[in-house]
Amino acid sequence: MIANAPYLTAATLLLLILVGNFLGSRRATSLVGGKTQDLHSRPHYYGLFVAIWTGIPAAIIYAAWTIADQYFLDRLIVASLPDNLASLSSDRLGLLLNDIRNQAYGGITSGAVDATVKEAAERLAGWRETSDLALWGVIASTATASLALARTRIRPRMRARTAVERLFNLFLVVCSLVAILTTVGIVLSLLFETIRFFTKVSAVEFLFGLTWSPQTSLRADQVASAGSFGAIPLFTGTLLITAIAMLVAVPVGLMSAIYLTEYAHRRVRDVLKPTLEILAGIPTVVYGFFAALTVAPAIRAMGESLGLDVASESALAAGLVMGIMIIPFVSSLSDDVINAVPQTLRDGSYALGATRSETIKRVIVPAAFPGIVGGVLLAVSRAIGETMIVVMAAGLAANLTANPLEAVTTVTVQIVTLLVGDQEFDSAKTLAAFALGLTLFCITLVLNIIALRTVRKYREIYD
Amino acid sequence: MTEPTAPRTSVREKVRARQRRRYASERRFRLLGIASIVTAVSALLLLLGSMVLKGSSAFVQTHIMLEVTLPADELAPGGKPDAKALADANYAAFLRRALSKKFPKVRSRRDRRDLYKLISDGAAIRLQNLVVGSPVTVGSTLSFAAMASDDVDQYFKGKLPKGQTGRLSAKQAAWVDALRKSGAVETRFNTAFFSNGDSREPELAGIWGAMMGSLLAMAVTLVLAFPLGVAAAIYLEEFAPRNRWTDLIEVNINNLAAVPSIVFGLLGLAVFLNFFGMPRSAPMVGGMVLALMTLPTVIIAGRAALGSVPPSIREAALGIGASPMQVVLHHVLPLAMPGILTGTIIGAARALGETAPLLMIGMVAFIVDVPGSVTDPATVLPVQIFLWADSPERAFVERTAAATLVLLAFLIVMNLLAVFLRKRFERRW
Repeated sequence: MIANAPYLTAATLLLLILVGNFLGSRRATSLVGGKTQDLHSRPHYYGLFVAIWTGIPAAIIYAAWTIADQYFLDRLIVASLPDNLASLSSDRLGLLLNDIRNQAYGGITSGAVDATVKEAAERLAGWRETSDLALWGVIASTATASLALARTRIRPRMRARTAVERLFNLFLVVCSLVAILTTVGIVLSLLFETIRFFTKVSAVEFLFGLTWSPQTSLRADQVASAGSFGAIPLFTGTLLITAIAMLVAVPVGLMSAIYLTEYAHRRVRDVLKPTLEILAGIPTVVYGFFAALTVAPAIRAMGESLGLDVASESALAAGLVMGIMIIPFVSSLSDDVINAVPQTLRDGSYALGATRSETIKRVIVPAAFPGIVGGVLLAVSRAIGETMIVVMAAGLAANLTANPLEAVTTVTVQIVTLLVGDQEFDSAKTLAAFALGLTLFCITLVLNIIALRTVRKYREIYD
Repeated sequence: MTEPTAPRTSVREKVRARQRRRYASERRFRLLGIASIVTAVSALLLLLGSMVLKGSSAFVQTHIMLEVTLPADELAPGGKPDAKALADANYAAFLRRALSKKFPKVRSRRDRRDLYKLISDGAAIRLQNLVVGSPVTVGSTLSFAAMASDDVDQYFKGKLPKGQTGRLSAKQAAWVDALRKSGAVETRFNTAFFSNGDSREPELAGIWGAMMGSLLAMAVTLVLAFPLGVAAAIYLEEFAPRNRWTDLIEVNINNLAAVPSIVFGLLGLAVFLNFFGMPRSAPMVGGMVLALMTLPTVIIAGRAALGSVPPSIREAALGIGASPMQVVLHHVLPLAMPGILTGTIIGAARALGETAPLLMIGMVAFIVDVPGSVTDPATVLPVQIFLWADSPERAFVERTAAATLVLLAFLIVMNLLAVFLRKRFERRW
């Protein structure tokens, strides 16, 4: 019953909507005695009109109920707990509630379950059942009522199509706002947690501090370092790995693009271009595995044979593999901009007797330069935000170094290590991850906007 | 200062010399281009090759052939096999007896314990399922392929450096060699890999749970991202007035497409988990996060596809009295559908390979059970790869690579589908 009730409610609503659709169009047809040309709109628009109005009020109630009932049930359960439990601190209470919920809904509980929890869980399950049944009743009656109401509104001259289209247009607008909402959600959630972080750790320390060791004590009585949150080593680590990646990706990607657009035979190009794009389609976790399994040991062995001391999680390995990942990105963006350079420029250069490479170096690349820079900036932003390769192949220790053979850590690695695993949510440690996330978001945002603007301006020159 | 008697190099020769230099530089440049392509392609081949080399052996699993006697007195105490006895019997003991029979000389307690370790813990469960499924075999001797433990598996497949026995003791290795000589060890297709969930024992670990998790998450992603994305694309391309607001939305969408994926994970953690209190590790939340990530791709592809439908179609439909909404829904959208679907499949393929945001919302837990619904705790294929890559057991290396191969196979199929759709249905106007 518990598992089925929400499905049952949804199914009932769906059924009523279908019934509404059918009744609406039948009513419209019967009002004009089957002569549908006397209707303002075609009959199915009347059906849609009734169906939409059957669905909307009920769907709103459904959503509101689902959001609210969790909260009210929790309050009820807390109120019904014995005094010694109800007076627990809020986070302990949260854990207890979690246990009760898991017990009631058949999840996994932490440790053994005591009698009070079991009782509370039974109560919760009972209330949940009542709530689900009540919801079913409310939904079914609302939908039926609004169906009947909408059906009586049908007149032969009613502009059903206009009404339906207006609603659909509204739906389209709402959908296109989701993208805005996502951005707002990202900014607000990051900002909110970051502000909480800065009440615990000063912003100056975070942005300019030179040591990063986020290990704070879990309990107040534990002996541990207070944790220091200077993010400079993370920024330098990120920059180091990004720089290595760019050293690989920019020359290789750019030269590949030049070769493919200016030299390669059409047939060769048709084979090679998709082949390069396979590189872009490989999941980053695969690159990470490749880096940790194949590249890092190879670099280490090579370093040892040269008498160099290479860390097993060197920045070089992560950077090299990230560079490989970004090659197709650079090459396809450069490919686009090089292709956008007008043929007349090439012809002019050839007419002056320049060789192909001279034309490319002196005419095409300078002409395409802003576009190439835009593409490279996008690639940099991609490299800075890349997570899995560095999580799997770069280290955890926050070393402040520029030596590519040592292990460094990056912003994304630290976000992952800080947030994976069970954590109290309001410790400085987890909040630090959001501050890092905000920094990451801002940096990539600025890079993206500059890059997109450069590319767009560049396109406009030759269009 | 020039000596008048010295032969003057003619202008022609100077030009020739310069031309040679220029042509040489042309050749160098061209070679540089070829070298970059070769670098990129060989990196790709190296990556794929190392996955195939490391991973292909995980598709087979070492088994030890045993003659297992199923004692009638234990399985059928009342003369007839009854369900309770069948369920309670100690199948591991049957396997142990069968193995001991092969090595009658192994006597000491410790040695025997080491001997039994050659067989995986999962073998007894498999034997039980076999016996319970067909009780006729009770009392007889059954030849049974018992799954070997991961250490035996790695040793037998030759995954260890020559002369090394890994975590097997020298004695255990000698036993395996003896079994091999008698032909009692063989590799069979690794069904556990495709039918099990995760496990701490490499030989029992499979990708079925992760595959179901991926499937559920992808379903949620597509159900959300496709309609939302198409609707947004229709509005922005066909109906939106060109003003500041729509400009803002457009910039915003382009930017969202380039936001690091881990930031979407932070959004999911802060909003879906902490604010709305949705369950951790659930494919539903994972699917929602991936949907937000895929949405910009779908919108951009959708707009491009809608924009490429020629205006003549719109004008013709308007001319015969269709409303603007009818024009779009009845005429423009169907023509743009192949392009939209291609973009959506490519977006979904990217979402299928995505790992980082899912780590943030707890889909990285160790989950043995195969998820049955979108709210069950689950993990997905890329996260499974990440988890296994971190596991210390040697046998997980080949499984990680094999899981990678499976993931890549899915991605290749999806991309081929996208290419097929484009080739088959896309029209050039």
